Amino acid sequence: MSNINNCADNTVLDIRNLSISFQQYAGRFSHTQLETIHNLNVKVHAGELVAIVGASGSGKSLLAHSILGILPYNATWSGEIRYRGELLTQTRIEELRGSEIALVPQGVSHLDPLMKIGTQILKGRKDAATRQKMEEVLERYGLGDGVENLYPFELSGGMARRALISMAVLEDAKLIIADEPTPGLDAKLARRVLSHFRELADDGAGVLLITHDLELALEVAERIVVMHDGTAVEDTEACNFAREETLQHPYTKALWRARL
Amino acid sequence: MEVAVKTAKNLVRVALLLLCASAIAFTLVSISPLDPLQTNIGQAALGSLSAEQTAQLESYWGVGEPPIQRYLSWLGDFVRGDMGISLLYRQSVATVIAEKLANSLLLLAFAWVISGVLGFTLGIIAGAYQGRAIDRAIQSYSLIIASTPLFWIGIMLLLIFAVWLQIAPIGLSVPIGMEAADVTLIDRLRHAILPALALSITGIANITLHTREKMIAVMGSDYVLFARARGESTRRIVTRHGVRNVILPAMTLQFALINEILAGTILVEQVFSYPGLGQAVVTAGLGGDMPLLLAITVISTALVFGGNFIANTLYGVVDPRIRKGVSK
Amino acid sequence: MRWRLNRRMNRRMATGILLAIVVVALVAIAIAGPLVTEQAMATDFARKDLPPSWQHPFGTDWMGRDMFLRTIAGLSTSLRLGMLTASLSAGIALLLGSLAATFGRLLDATVSWLIDLAMGIPHLLLLILIALAVGKGAAGIIIGVMVTHWMALARVMRAEVLQLKQSGYVLASEKLGVGKLTIIRKHMLPHLLPQLLVGLVLLFPHVILHEASLTFLGFGLSPEQPAIGIILSESMRYLVAGTWWLAVFPGLMLVAVVAMFSWLGGSLRKLLDPVSIHE
Repeated sequence: MSNINNCADNTVLDIRNLSISFQQYAGRFSHTQLETIHNLNVKVHAGELVAIVGASGSGKSLLAHSILGILPYNATWSGEIRYRGELLTQTRIEELRGSEIALVPQGVSHLDPLMKIGTQILKGRKDAATRQKMEEVLERYGLGDGVENLYPFELSGGMARRALISMAVLEDAKLIIADEPTPGLDAKLARRVLSHFRELADDGAGVLLITHDLELALEVAERIVVMHDGTAVEDTEACNFAREETLQHPYTKALWRARL
Repeated sequence: MEVAVKTAKNLVRVALLLLCASAIAFTLVSISPLDPLQTNIGQAALGSLSAEQTAQLESYWGVGEPPIQRYLSWLGDFVRGDMGISLLYRQSVATVIAEKLANSLLLLAFAWVISGVLGFTLGIIAGAYQGRAIDRAIQSYSLIIASTPLFWIGIMLLLIFAVWLQIAPIGLSVPIGMEAADVTLIDRLRHAILPALALSITGIANITLHTREKMIAVMGSDYVLFARARGESTRRIVTRHGVRNVILPAMTLQFALINEILAGTILVEQVFSYPGLGQAVVTAGLGGDMPLLLAITVISTALVFGGNFIANTLYGVVDPRIRKGVSK
Repeated sequence: MRWRLNRRMNRRMATGILLAIVVVALVAIAIAGPLVTEQAMATDFARKDLPPSWQHPFGTDWMGRDMFLRTIAGLSTSLRLGMLTASLSAGIALLLGSLAATFGRLLDATVSWLIDLAMGIPHLLLLILIALAVGKGAAGIIIGVMVTHWMALARVMRAEVLQLKQSGYVLASEKLGVGKLTIIRKHMLPHLLPQLLVGLVLLFPHVILHEASLTFLGFGLSPEQPAIGIILSESMRYLVAGTWWLAVFPGLMLVAVVAMFSWLGGSLRKLLDPVSIHE
């Protein structure tokens, strides 16, 4: 499968036939295997922002977690995940996550409540160059003025999101996975946060944006993958959402109509 | 400012609680058939009390006065340091307690520190590696010990170290009447080892179980998941995020342990015949020495509430969320 | 993978079976106690101080009493006393917890004050004071243990009721003007009972250990009564004489019974609350 040509087409993330299943207790003494995602295929190229849109609770976060190798113990996955043509094994993702591959999680609960923002962003690095860079990045996101010395509870929702984005930026991540980065923000703030992801894609990173908000996704994404019942029912250019006729799946059409 | 106001409120609360607790203890002592006023006169052990001492005792307990007045007058004396006369030790209660407490403090401090340090460490390790062999081993130890009566642990230690191996004293070597000054430091330490060990064995299990629970909660948190996604290793997550977030609840646990250890000394000192506060409780209780029993109860309760108060205050100082005045 | 799944499933089934066995064992001990008490108290100086053997698995004491029977009789006392006191404690917990959550801030504050108060006096000391006040014996244990063990469960009950109060049908009943007590009885109790059951079982270990400790110290049951605390306190006098079995076996049995209750409570909690199963 993997060859030099594959790399050359600048695919950053290539997910093929991904299935994730959960073990669940069904009753007091027995349990079943619950498949939350099945046969999912998603591709993200460098410089591209792909949005995965699906209703809350459709297992979208699991997708992010499976890419990063942080699925809970009672979940199993099958299929293939490739990063720049290279198969992502557990060992490999453990080397790459946090540097080349970065997660931008939902919000403030993903920050250590008892550690200052700056300390968390630096991840233990103390060298002057990294500090310098952090200050620049924070400045860029309007988080100068000593925000690095604040605790997470002192940040507003928007500030927390921007702090989480700066973490990915500081690492110069080539693949950024944003897991529902907007809930709890008003429309204006949410737009601002999403525009930061657009900038990151324009700077050359591949961005996978996982969201339930089709409206916002359409404003920033090149491609939209619609998830329904655990699989991708539509994978199309964002511009195809201009008219109902260019959409394929009934679920997507329903979504489209709901927008009106 | 916020912190100061909170601390003051807390202090008032603790004082009121202590007041209520002392009233309860006083009531229980008063309604007990061993009420000094009813038993004193007839009790053979007290036959040698001089008329003067009896009068002193009667005025201390306020014979014939209504209960509330009796309580208030007892409280007034108590606060001024006059805790009455111990019927068994023939000394002022304050003197007896000072001596016994000095003996027990050694045990208490040792068990408190060891339980805290080891219990915290084991709890962190077990919680961080939940479900692995090391967790199961630590968990088994804690659960078994939690099901084991402290006094039986004491008996087993006595059996193993004093009877079978004969490397520890069998207790009773410091008779009740003996002056503390007559006992050498080495001797005292020798006698303190086993009771301290027994107290620590249960204390560790107690702290470990609770710390493990907290650690599991931390390890399951969003921020630990994110730290993992950022490439931090388990070891780093444990030291950077785990310890930091568990240490606050652990502090509360540590101070709550005072209660357990105080109760524990009663059992342990009885098993090892260790001449401390715990043994004095049993002696006083069985011998009808109510002034002593009452005073020890009030002082122990004060220690527990004091620990509570310190924990709450420290929490406010250490936790930035409270320190910076944001209610949780 | 499949193999692991099967193993997990079997473990769950095994838990159920073990659960039944443990309950039967505990009930058997409780029932056997009174039946063997007379035999357990029978002295026979021809067979005194015998080490453990097939005939006397736990040996005999200095009066020739069979230690196995004495242990069973003692454990039975513990179990029956424990059942009574744990139920009473759980009753107090249910009452105060639900009242605190239902009848406004003043009562809530009072109950939380009572909880703090009862938690502040070291339990064993309070138990001793109560035992002395009511004149030792079973009454002292029952009253003492009852008033010192309800606090943690009361907190749980309070939290549960507060949560239930927010549920749709309770809010609806309130709007319809249904009385508070009726709501508690009809809508809340059925949800609280499983929690209460778990709490009750988990109270047992504490209750039994405190009863044994109090008796061991001499403030509980009297020496004529079959009690594990008495057995262990007597055994201390004979430690040096070498009759180690007097202390070891009864103690181990006590640990086993208490551990069974802890395990029982933990398993029940997991079974009743399938969400928290993933350990």
